[in-house]
Amino acid sequence: MIDYIIRRLLYALPLLLGINLLAFVLFFVVNTPEDMARMHLGQKHVTSEAIEKWKHERGYDQPLFWNGQAEGAGRATQTIFYQKSLGLFLFRFGRSDGGRDIGADIGQRMWPSLAIAIPSLIVGLAVHIGFALLLVFFRLTYLEFWGVALCVALMSVSTLFYIIGGQFLVGKLLQLTPISGYDGGWNAVRFIILPVVIGTMAGLGSGVRWYRTLFLEEAEKDYVRTARAKGLSEARVLFFHVLKNAMIPILTGVVVVLPLLFTGSLITESFFAIPGLGSYTIDAINQQDFAIVRSMVFLGSVLYIIGLLLTDISYTLVDPRVKLS
Amino acid sequence: MALLLSKASIPHRKAVFILVLVGMAGCGSPPNNPYPASEANDNTLYTSFEERPKHLDPARAYSANEYEFIAQIYEPPLQYAYLKRPYQLEPLAAGELPEASYLDAKGKPLPETAPAQKIAFSVYEIRLRPDLRYQPHPAFARDTAGHYRYHGLSPNELGSIRSLADFKETADRPVSAADYLYQIKRLIHPQTHSPIAELMGDYIVGLRELGNQLTREFDRRKDNPGWFDLRDFPLEGVEVVDEHRLRIRLHGKYPQFRFWLAMPFFAPMPWEADAFYSQPGLVERNISLDWYPVGSGPYQLVENNPNRRMVLERNPNFHDERYPLAGEPDDAASGLLADAGQRLPLIERIIFVLEKETIPYWSKFLQGYYDASGLASDNFDQAIQFSGLGNAELTPEMKARGIELQTAVSASIHYLGFNMLDQVVGGLNEDKSKLRRAISIAIDEEEFIAIFMNGRGIAAQGLLPPGLFGFQPGSEGINPYVYDWVDGEPRRKAIDEAKKLMADAGYPDGIDHATGKPLVLFLDTTSSGVDDKPTLNWYRKQLAKLGIQLVLRTTDYNQFQQKMANGNAQLFRWGWNADYPDPENFFFLLFGDNAKVGSGGENAANYRNPEFDRLFRIMRNQADGPERMALIRQMQDILRHDAPWVFGVHPKSFSLRHEWYRNFKPNLMANNGLKYLRIDGTLRATRRLQWNQPVYWPLGLAFAGLVALVTPAWLLYRRRQRSAAL
Repeated sequence: MIDYIIRRLLYALPLLLGINLLAFVLFFVVNTPEDMARMHLGQKHVTSEAIEKWKHERGYDQPLFWNGQAEGAGRATQTIFYQKSLGLFLFRFGRSDGGRDIGADIGQRMWPSLAIAIPSLIVGLAVHIGFALLLVFFRLTYLEFWGVALCVALMSVSTLFYIIGGQFLVGKLLQLTPISGYDGGWNAVRFIILPVVIGTMAGLGSGVRWYRTLFLEEAEKDYVRTARAKGLSEARVLFFHVLKNAMIPILTGVVVVLPLLFTGSLITESFFAIPGLGSYTIDAINQQDFAIVRSMVFLGSVLYIIGLLLTDISYTLVDPRVKLS
Repeated sequence: MALLLSKASIPHRKAVFILVLVGMAGCGSPPNNPYPASEANDNTLYTSFEERPKHLDPARAYSANEYEFIAQIYEPPLQYAYLKRPYQLEPLAAGELPEASYLDAKGKPLPETAPAQKIAFSVYEIRLRPDLRYQPHPAFARDTAGHYRYHGLSPNELGSIRSLADFKETADRPVSAADYLYQIKRLIHPQTHSPIAELMGDYIVGLRELGNQLTREFDRRKDNPGWFDLRDFPLEGVEVVDEHRLRIRLHGKYPQFRFWLAMPFFAPMPWEADAFYSQPGLVERNISLDWYPVGSGPYQLVENNPNRRMVLERNPNFHDERYPLAGEPDDAASGLLADAGQRLPLIERIIFVLEKETIPYWSKFLQGYYDASGLASDNFDQAIQFSGLGNAELTPEMKARGIELQTAVSASIHYLGFNMLDQVVGGLNEDKSKLRRAISIAIDEEEFIAIFMNGRGIAAQGLLPPGLFGFQPGSEGINPYVYDWVDGEPRRKAIDEAKKLMADAGYPDGIDHATGKPLVLFLDTTSSGVDDKPTLNWYRKQLAKLGIQLVLRTTDYNQFQQKMANGNAQLFRWGWNADYPDPENFFFLLFGDNAKVGSGGENAANYRNPEFDRLFRIMRNQADGPERMALIRQMQDILRHDAPWVFGVHPKSFSLRHEWYRNFKPNLMANNGLKYLRIDGTLRATRRLQWNQPVYWPLGLAFAGLVALVTPAWLLYRRRQRSAAL
């Protein structure tokens, strides 16, 4: 398995380089260094000298990929791509175009993102799986029919509606939780309840239908019929046998998103004023801070690759028949 | 709480849920209170910010959301009088208003009335108050041997440092004139990128030369990061006369310089702070001057987490400043002088909470968790209604909550510009002027304000907004090419007059009589979203009244800027917020030497009228008075005739505040107004409790509904199980 992991990590290098290159090209096709300078220097009294100074100080006055005026290796190294992007492979995020240390910012802002994302994932999983099992449990009854209909209805509603509606109902009408905000330590709990509940509700329709499909597929298999024939109760059959055997597809969906929990949610963090990495990224895009955008794109790619690797490894843990080679 | 718990009839699960909520309430009663319960009666102002400020360094910050913080912390020599109108300057850090004296090229004194072209230098002597003192800060802390405690931090010492609060020792010291000199040098520092570096380089004697010297020196020391001590570099035009006296020498006559002296760009900066923050270990931890200001103003920034909240707290070293004793005639009646003579600031703490979206912000304002609010379009109808006379007033719901409304016309203008270099719409000949004036009549700004701005604005009659010297109200102040004065108010001319102008210009019914084809114009805009479509369609319809076909060229902001810089736009929408309340700050937008094309200036229309430029050169150096007023009238007449802009709208700001929020008077020039405000914390706490009564019964209802839904299914399951057993 070690060989497999090393091989997968080596495969990741060209992949990351490609992603880096693509992000770089896309960003600089849309924004020239002049555009970035203008955005950072403001709208008033911006002279061409000030723009040139800004570019010079941040190294944006060099060619993008190839420096014909340099000599030797400098042709490749004295370029914006080399100096701004390749340090990321050593997790040197450098400084944002606004002058702040990106690594320190990421270290600070990932915690609020995790504070929302982990409870949302755990509660969401428990609720979605629980409801899906109940629908399978009550299959061929009116509860299953209306349950599925409700799921379809819930899926049809935009996440934004859940957020605004949830804030209005729980925070404004019932006045049970703060509408938005965040605090450190245990005080954060009061602010997390509403986004977690809304996050769970927003994913309920699609989550329940997905897990119900998995469980129904398992519920028709021979070993389930055997279990029933042995006289096990339906609850025991579902909650012990079916659930356990449906773990592989559940794991596929869950483990791959685990590392991405760090990167946060753009909409939720914005509406609930959660100071996480989701809002960090969206702010950087709005402010055309390329240094932060490339760091977050790189970090997201690395985390996604790690997620896929973890998924493969987790297969071996839940199904002894799977071997990585 | 006890009552709730004693109800034995509450179902078990519901009781548990209520226990959780009650527990939450204990943390911050009522349960939806986003702040700790212990702060309920504090003398604290709660407000918000939408986007983290980019810069808190007074040499770099320039936007309103940055000034909201640093103007409370830093003290430039002057400030705007809080209550007086029109806006006027008064001393802040200075003991008195500085008077300019003038010198000729040989350094000989000239009288105040000397013609501007003879004045080679202006000299401003600023006498500082003797009681200015910086806030406590680790940069000033010294050990017993007198060495600065934190100026040479070792890696070991840095290990436990995460924020400024981790430094245990602080100290302070008096502000000196040398600190103002240090800050002026920082304006031209190659790493600072001050937005006014170029502008001040043109005026302050020796500043540009110092900038070049610093750049050379900085490049030489590039491999040696650390403090770049500006004290080693003299600045010819700024002289420290003594501990509390500073003399600034400018090239030529520049009366507007006094307004710059009211901005944080000219606040004092202690060299100790620059040395302290320049340590590489602190830079790596994002502990910088751009993040943690050091000032002598009424407040100090004690918590800076712009991802969540920023907290200002009273500066214990703030000098003795008192609430103003006089203002406008109505101020006493409206209670604005109730605190006259009181020592400032009146509020202990100001908490800025990050709130990115308007919907939760508005809801929290109505719950009493924010003390004041602006007004977004989403909430406008809920808060404002228009009386029969067209005046905006609060809805009964808002009045019942004791909310008050205050409006003020901003010192800004939104306009539709014509590129005067364009072959079709540009140029100064009469035909082109008539075409532009016809378009000015056709674009019904009053309708625009009603439809798209909820009435929050007034149609501009010229370049100057109300409140500035040179603005003329009433019939004398209207744009006679676009409006008539009817029944005591301006009325837009009929569209037929615009059509007549079009015919005179060579476009009868919008058809170019030279080619026989309809006139097609192009509007360059950055507005491309779904929300912008109605606005842009509206512009199409306005020009269609004249038979003109308007083609929209949407582009992103950067490309738009590039087009403007190259002079490739034809029609464009733009705006301007005044830096200071002087007509020069508006008229320079159409001064020929400031043309965007060629000079890269702020004259986006590239308008160049020799007569206007001549008058501008005279007007900008004059003191306010009848002569200046006469010049301004002439300049307005020229602009109204030439119509390089469709003078659009002066936006009107609407502010809502709760009854416990006192002493608020909109002052669109002063950014340091928080020190005058007062909060009645007891009243606020009472209202919050009154307005935020948690409603628990829907939870019980929801639980009962769930039970009612599941029970028949459970029974069905039981029946099925039993039948299987058989």
